[in-house]
Amino acid sequence: MTTTSFSSTGAEPFAADASIEPLLSISLRVNGAQHSAMAPARRLLSDFLRGELGLTGTHVGCEHGVCGACTVLFDGEPVRSCLMFAVSAQGHDVTTVEGLGNDPSHLSPVQQAFAECHALQCGFCTPGFLTTITAFLEQHPDPTPDEARECVSGNLCRCTGYQNIVKAVLRAAELRREAGAGEAWAAGASEAAKATRAAEEGTR
Amino acid sequence: MTTRQLGAPIRRREDPRLLTGNGRYLDDLGAGALHAAFVRSTSAHARIVDIDITDAWEVEGVEAIYTYEDLEGPMAQPLPVLIPHPALTHARTGYALVNGEVNHVGEPVVMVVARDRYLAEDAAARIRVDYEALPVVVGVEAARSASVLVHDDAPGNVAAHLVQEVGDVEAALAAAPHTLTIPLTIERSACMPMEGKGVLARWDRDEQSMRMWSSTQTSTGVRAAVAARLELPLARIHCIAPDVGGGFGVKIVHPWAEELLVPWAARALGRDVKWTEDRREHFISSAHERAQLQEVTVGFDDDGVVLGLDVKVWHDNGAYTPYGIIVPIITSTQLLGPYKPGAYRCEFWSLYTNTVIVTPYRGAGRPQGVFAMERTMDAIAAHLGKDRADVREANFILPEEMPYDHGLMFQDGRPLKYDSGDFPASLAKLKALVGWDDFTAYRKQAEAAGRKVGLGIGCYVEGTGVGPYEAGHVQVETSGRVNVATGLTTQGQGHETAFAQIVADELGVRIEDVHVTTGDTRRMGYAVGTFASRAAVMSGNAIAFAAKAVREKALRIAADALEANPDDLEIEDGVISVKGAPGTSISLSSVAVLSNPLRYAFDEAAKAATQFAGTFDPDKPPVADGEEPGLEGKGVYSPTQATFANGMHAAIVETDPVTAEITILRYCVIHDCGVMINPLIVEGQVHGGVAQGVGGALYERMAYDESGQLLNASFMDFLMPYASEVPHVETDHLETPSPLNPLGIKGAGEAGCIPVSAVIASAIEDAEGFPILSMPISPSELWELRRQHATKGQS
Repeated sequence: MTTTSFSSTGAEPFAADASIEPLLSISLRVNGAQHSAMAPARRLLSDFLRGELGLTGTHVGCEHGVCGACTVLFDGEPVRSCLMFAVSAQGHDVTTVEGLGNDPSHLSPVQQAFAECHALQCGFCTPGFLTTITAFLEQHPDPTPDEARECVSGNLCRCTGYQNIVKAVLRAAELRREAGAGEAWAAGASEAAKATRAAEEGTR
Repeated sequence: MTTRQLGAPIRRREDPRLLTGNGRYLDDLGAGALHAAFVRSTSAHARIVDIDITDAWEVEGVEAIYTYEDLEGPMAQPLPVLIPHPALTHARTGYALVNGEVNHVGEPVVMVVARDRYLAEDAAARIRVDYEALPVVVGVEAARSASVLVHDDAPGNVAAHLVQEVGDVEAALAAAPHTLTIPLTIERSACMPMEGKGVLARWDRDEQSMRMWSSTQTSTGVRAAVAARLELPLARIHCIAPDVGGGFGVKIVHPWAEELLVPWAARALGRDVKWTEDRREHFISSAHERAQLQEVTVGFDDDGVVLGLDVKVWHDNGAYTPYGIIVPIITSTQLLGPYKPGAYRCEFWSLYTNTVIVTPYRGAGRPQGVFAMERTMDAIAAHLGKDRADVREANFILPEEMPYDHGLMFQDGRPLKYDSGDFPASLAKLKALVGWDDFTAYRKQAEAAGRKVGLGIGCYVEGTGVGPYEAGHVQVETSGRVNVATGLTTQGQGHETAFAQIVADELGVRIEDVHVTTGDTRRMGYAVGTFASRAAVMSGNAIAFAAKAVREKALRIAADALEANPDDLEIEDGVISVKGAPGTSISLSSVAVLSNPLRYAFDEAAKAATQFAGTFDPDKPPVADGEEPGLEGKGVYSPTQATFANGMHAAIVETDPVTAEITILRYCVIHDCGVMINPLIVEGQVHGGVAQGVGGALYERMAYDESGQLLNASFMDFLMPYASEVPHVETDHLETPSPLNPLGIKGAGEAGCIPVSAVIASAIEDAEGFPILSMPISPSELWELRRQHATKGQS
């Protein structure tokens, strides 16, 4: 039963090895930029974004679609990236938290509202809330407190008790309105986010 | 004039990083590392007959497969009993990999290391483990009956038995005009941080040194444990807690098997190795808490004043006791809350079951203790037909009785002695906030509309900021940047902000210039960890001492440079000037230059500190006697005892007359953690604590079947509350400073969750009119209770 062994493979980080399992070329638009990478058919979108593309802002909390930490925008709609294969995103448009704003000194309205309202503690679930709320406010720019609570009721947070997250939804709506309808993300979004938005509008 | 930072609700400095995808959590690190996956026991109690790994080797990309037989020396020894106690007479721990016998579902049996996690799991799925089943113990009742033993050599399934007694309880109960005996039950829940555990290890072959990262609440603890098990000099290993996605207690336990195996494998393979816990693993192989059976016997007079209190607790500690008996000790001591119990005896048995280990989860035994005491207070009030708040008030320790010594030993081995608190003031605030005196009218209105509502209350005292110590280091760079380090870790509490606030005030610098590092043994090798609501108290005061030391040193050097008396100097926004003569000044960055006499100049600022710069007195040594080079200082805070925070909660609930659905209409909190460093952060801690408490009161339970399988080991089935289940929390604060530390602060991290089960039980009982003795409670359980009480009423 003694089992230790050493193998001699010395592959590069994240260069998936076609000798181990068949690889597919996956091309998709992420945060406004075109990306292509090789990955096995079974690679989850969440793992692909984090691993192959190095976008570690998308977090994985349960891998069964309940917690919502891995939520990204898929052609503008919030989806659980742990419940999708990367290959299913072929040719689609994905926005991650980095696409909402990747520069700590330049926050998007939702990110800014979270900072103002102390709507995060450990920050692990936060990216999923940010993407969810960003999409929600696109459709509901002026939510009531009840609607704000409802909008975040599909994401789990273990730290905040949600109260300040609900507050941040309302504050983000305010910030968006201050920034001007339709120009919401321009208030502080990164170039990538702007590009994503342009791409999204292009697809509508 | 800079405004004082301590007490200001400033925004968190870590947030912009965390909000933009720039956090660095464990699984974000180590691109290119090999990945570990584990074969975990599928049986709750069994002997392993055979492990067949042959098929697993057929998976391409597998680098190593390890079983217990591969472990040698200290790695093959049982995991440590971290907190020994004289009453823990039958401590038992598992092994890094199972050695023959499994004692709960989820124990690590085989470790597979492969090119990525998918492949590691492919291989793990091909490993066959044959078990010879043994009888299983699940639940406190089964453990107590001891018809089956978890460990053959732990008779009665008893790990520990402890009695603490103050006064003559038998006599007090015998003499009391009234006595009641109340049986109570609390079920299991768990911390459930959104990020599970995780370990990354990097072995440097050239240096023969280890660098590891762990999603832990104690990097110094992990470092010491790994050094011991891997037989490495401490100087050759460092451990870093990166951004940690929540802890709530479970990550203070160490070393987890994986924290030993991952660095061990990294050294053996000469490759980075990483393991990231998945959610199912977290459910079945981390830790749970809360399950207890209790029996309270109380004697009291006609005013409801408690004369004697006799409490028995049967505590489920799971399969092993690596974290000792901290949880039941806390239950048995913190049960007393803000009250004088008269004569008091608490006896507990800490019992083995074939389930996941039990270690502190936010509140750490207090929610159970408070449940026992507060249910008792309500029972007394019901028995005497008195107002529940009045009965509590009749038993309060009064402010003038502080410090109040209960005559018991607390979890830190030191006296249970309250330092401060104003319980009558807290209660008055709570009654005003919830509208206690108006509730009768509100209930009448509701009843008229066919609705059932109830008002509940719960009070607690929480020992926070336990020792033994924490240390802080503050260093001013020649750029004016202030580096602050403390060894304990951060998992969402905003330490980068709160500690920077303290340094900004104590040193006299702008908060933007202060940069805080926690949980990195390279920066601070001496630390205990983040638990027991201790970080602000312990590291906060240590850092304040360090900042003071730096300030004094800076003033000495500046006084020399400005030819002034240090007492005449002040520091503001990083500039030292003579009071009343603002023109005579020197910047802290210049003082940092002067503090480190140089031979070599690498830039203009450094030139001023070189030997020919003419800035030094030729008759004095370059570094003055008793001084050290550099503008930096260290501080240590080591208190003689814990500081005691307190709070009182009230809730109004509505129970549906037909479906028995339970809705929290209002939730009110009065909270006193002494001086608040940052009210925004304290408020957030309270909100989060209440939400976890609500989960524990109404939704969360670990559903084990009789064979020891956890039936709800996923977020689909374990009902953690969403925003739709958590009420809006109304808060008000009292700030009764702690006399024990210079900042006057007490801990705040756990507070919110402590009394929630007691409060909700109290409110449901008030709505329904029959006792609620077991928590959590679901609508179907409440419906069943209604049926039972209706039947009783008819018979």
